[in-house]
Amino acid sequence: MESSIASILCYIAIAVTIVVCSVLAVTSRKILRAATYLLFTLFAAAAMYFQLDYEFLGAVQIAVYAGGIVVLFVFAILLTSHPGDNTARLESKKRIVGLIAAIAMLGVTGWALVSRCVEAVALPAMENPDMHTIGTTLMGTGHGEYLLPFEAVSVLLLACIIGGVVVARKR
Amino acid sequence: MLYYLIPSLIMFCCGVYGFITRRNMIAMLISLELMLNAVDINFVVFNRYLHPEAMEGMMFTLFAIAIAAAETALAIAIIINLFRVAKDIDVKDITKLKF
Repeated sequence: MESSIASILCYIAIAVTIVVCSVLAVTSRKILRAATYLLFTLFAAAAMYFQLDYEFLGAVQIAVYAGGIVVLFVFAILLTSHPGDNTARLESKKRIVGLIAAIAMLGVTGWALVSRCVEAVALPAMENPDMHTIGTTLMGTGHGEYLLPFEAVSVLLLACIIGGVVVARKR
Repeated sequence: MLYYLIPSLIMFCCGVYGFITRRNMIAMLISLELMLNAVDINFVVFNRYLHPEAMEGMMFTLFAIAIAAAETALAIAIIINLFRVAKDIDVKDITKLKF
């Protein structure tokens, strides 16, 4: 990715979307709106993956997060609350505690980042990992290949399906 | 590299703020998703900038996305079940597990 004007503009759009939508997602008082802002944040993250040349990852992000998880959220919200309800206004003590935690973390981590990463690392050249490489990395048993975690995730998903059915069934 | 880490840091702090202040369980789950996503972005950025020939960060992100999906589905099943029992999903009112 050369740092042309277009890519810089792209980056600014992505960064602004991420910041604004994630702030709105945690401060919006309508829960359905919060889910919608979460959707936009996830889209922006996917765009960031595309910009960093991980196209497979961006596609997975859109398919799983934006396509699956947000739909789950919307279903759960519509099942558990009346649309149009505002959440109760926060008591100020809670809000102050949250603000202090978030800003302290932002300050400490931001200071560490800025003081460590002042020298701008140029984006190294990388060819996009193609599907063949991703497949052999995911299914291989050699060094730096991920068959065992892959199988563990498949068992986890099976356990999740069974757990979901058991938890949510009507007694 | 810093330019990609700063938005993800802000996203993570938003998640922390939301997780502390929100009372609705689904809103807390949304904040949790924000935090998970910020971590995913960090994995990808570090992989891309520091080790562009390796795929570790990308694979970590892939597995993290899969696990986040599983965790969200299960959490929402639990929340809907709680709603059926308690008619509310406010964490202040879910006190039946206390003893």
